[in-house]
Amino acid sequence: MTSATLSRIQFGMTLSFHYLFPPLTIGLGVIMVILEAMYLKTGDEAYQQATKFWAKIFALIFAIGVATGIPMEFQFGTNWAHYSRFVGDVFGSALAAEGLFAFFLESGFLAILLFGWERVGKKTHFMATLAVASGSIFSAIWIVIANSFMQTPGKPGQAYRLVDAGTPQAHLVLVHFADLVFNQSSMQRLSHVLMAAFQAGAFLVISVAAYYLIKNRHERFARISMKTALIVALLAAAGQIITGDLSAREVAKYQPAKLAAFEGHYAAHAPAGMSIMGWVDPAHRRVDYDLAIPGMLSWMLYGNTHAPVTGLDAFKKRDQPPAQVVFQTYHAMVAIGMVLMLLAMLGVFFWWRGTLWTKTWFLRILVVSVILPEAGNQLGWFSAEVGRQPWIVYGLLRTVHGVSSAVAPGEIVASLGMFFFMYVLLTFLFFYLLNHKIAAGPADPVAQAQQPNVPLLYHDRAAT
Amino acid sequence: MPVRRAREASLLQVIWFILVGMLFTGYAILDGFDLGVGMLHMLGKTDLDRRLMLNSIGPIWDGNEVWLVTAGGALFAAFPGVYASMFSGFYLPLMMLLTFLILRAVSIEFRSKQPQKAWRLAWDIGFSLGSLGAALILGIAVGNLTMGLHLNARHDYTGGLLDLLHPYALLVGITTVALFLMHGSIYLVMKTEGDLRQRIEPWVNRAIIFFIMCVAATTMATLLYIPYVGRHFRAHPWMFVFALANMLAIANIPRAMHLKKEFQAFMSSCFSIVMLMCLLAGGIFPYMMISRPRVNSLTVFNAANTPHALSIMLILAIIGIPLVASYTFAIYWIFRGKTRLDITSY
Repeated sequence: MTSATLSRIQFGMTLSFHYLFPPLTIGLGVIMVILEAMYLKTGDEAYQQATKFWAKIFALIFAIGVATGIPMEFQFGTNWAHYSRFVGDVFGSALAAEGLFAFFLESGFLAILLFGWERVGKKTHFMATLAVASGSIFSAIWIVIANSFMQTPGKPGQAYRLVDAGTPQAHLVLVHFADLVFNQSSMQRLSHVLMAAFQAGAFLVISVAAYYLIKNRHERFARISMKTALIVALLAAAGQIITGDLSAREVAKYQPAKLAAFEGHYAAHAPAGMSIMGWVDPAHRRVDYDLAIPGMLSWMLYGNTHAPVTGLDAFKKRDQPPAQVVFQTYHAMVAIGMVLMLLAMLGVFFWWRGTLWTKTWFLRILVVSVILPEAGNQLGWFSAEVGRQPWIVYGLLRTVHGVSSAVAPGEIVASLGMFFFMYVLLTFLFFYLLNHKIAAGPADPVAQAQQPNVPLLYHDRAAT
Repeated sequence: MPVRRAREASLLQVIWFILVGMLFTGYAILDGFDLGVGMLHMLGKTDLDRRLMLNSIGPIWDGNEVWLVTAGGALFAAFPGVYASMFSGFYLPLMMLLTFLILRAVSIEFRSKQPQKAWRLAWDIGFSLGSLGAALILGIAVGNLTMGLHLNARHDYTGGLLDLLHPYALLVGITTVALFLMHGSIYLVMKTEGDLRQRIEPWVNRAIIFFIMCVAATTMATLLYIPYVGRHFRAHPWMFVFALANMLAIANIPRAMHLKKEFQAFMSSCFSIVMLMCLLAGGIFPYMMISRPRVNSLTVFNAANTPHALSIMLILAIIGIPLVASYTFAIYWIFRGKTRLDITSY
């Protein structure tokens, strides 16, 4: 295998693994802010207890997010050196902004959020929680801006200018920073990613709360958490319909090859339908077993079922993304979005009817529901990133030309093996600790008030 | 007008060289004591000792590692050429560094979760080994950057892994380990009390002696084998201030320890790291990756981004850095004082 293929496998694997965690922290951040605001407003200790519990879960996920995030940043240089040189002048400022405005905010104030309850006042503590939640969102903002530039760099003279074109030293230079931040797709994609992250965090809370409700444990805590998370999940699901539509329009306008791959639409210039499911047959350039609404895509984009949509045939073979992967991941993501909407609506409906708390069959579904937004986030990114292929910066630099020439395939095989081993260990760690924290449950505020800061010595056999 | 432009451009490039240097210095100071505590961890006799030592960095080690991410990001942002050549050139060592850092993080999280002796011992070893390995690789990287590497006309590294393990680079690696041992032991004295503190105090002196021996050897080796590093010092003798200040700072550590002013000793150790980084930067400037042949080197001036990009990032930095500095200080202030174990500890 070539360095380019191996580097893609490694980046894809490490990114997928990393991206299991940040959406959960972004969503949990919002929920912690709501819970702690309720604590400040009502003074009800149950809200404080809930905030404390979710902060512990947040910290665990954040720690794994940091541990898996460092390899992401390193790989731009280690595996994609030519890409880094090509895009550094433009891309750099977004990464620098992420470091300065997001990472420190999140990691610094997390210490206060976790360990600072006794050391700072209530309002200061709330500000720390707010800072942590904002930090995780800022991080998403800058990284989505950077990624969106790779998807839709825009016209020369807006965000970038190409210099030394045609030579090995060809690279981009920054022209307008504002055009980088507000590039053709950044705001649509950012809103879509944030909604998906809110859904992930909300369904994590819903899953754990449902588990406690089934087991009849920590009922007050579970109800508070469930209610808060259901509202967030419902609003985010509603928002997702709007942002998904915005994103699709943006893709249609600026990345027509990707849109064509989403729907397996081959004919260069013809009305397009919207599939519900199907199987792309690239050899015959069609979709088999296609369950589609004819003309629907044309209507969604242009308000006319007969409006032509650019198809894959309009692109040279070497400029087409692999349609099957893009088609399947995209449709699975959309299907998951619909199910999440339905679950949130049912949850709120049963809550309104007052039957949610004892409806065991529904709670059982909710226990595993967190898998759905996690899968949706992964699938959405697959369709976005694979849909951009064969480009690493759309229309400007091919993925195969971005790879490092100083690194031999054997070295990448070695690092792939290392990442695989470490990530298996991290997965084990994550589930072990998560299970540990969920089994322990939220701390009882009364018992804690009676015995503040008890040294945790009962495990220390060696100490005696 | 073009002359003024060029001067502004090179000023921006130098400013960013200093800013990136500051971020790496911040990382060395903060993760330096973290890694030092990790390396010293196995010297703790009882389980309680080890937990106290581990929890002395409990609330902050994660945040300290963020400095590495930001420093790497800033290097990418300001000098993408250096970032690309350095990271792809140091491929396997950096992958090892990642392994050690992840192993360390996993060990910290796992260690105190089960009571069995073997379980805790295994993660104690992971924590120590991860810390030692990370410190050693960081030092070896610095050694290679000082010594120079084989780069081709596209600035891609053409040497192999064994070239990176040159004796000089290994010497700098060991010096870095010694520095972090000293830094970490002082931090531990500052954060512990009673019996444990008394047992840690002698480690400080041993670490200082080890460190001074390493520094002397590294200095001699540098002057003998890498003479280009001395050229600015010969041309501008005032730069010896850095070396002098470094010696005074190190000399002050035993004095301050003896007077039980461990915070002052820790500050001296931090200051010593700053001076060492100044010596390094002053020695290699304007080279960021010096090459054999010299003509393929990456310098502050040929590897930097355009002045326009640098000036936009400078605005971001002027807004961001005071914010980061002020709340980092506030957080350390809130968590000042001796480490005690409670329900939230590792």
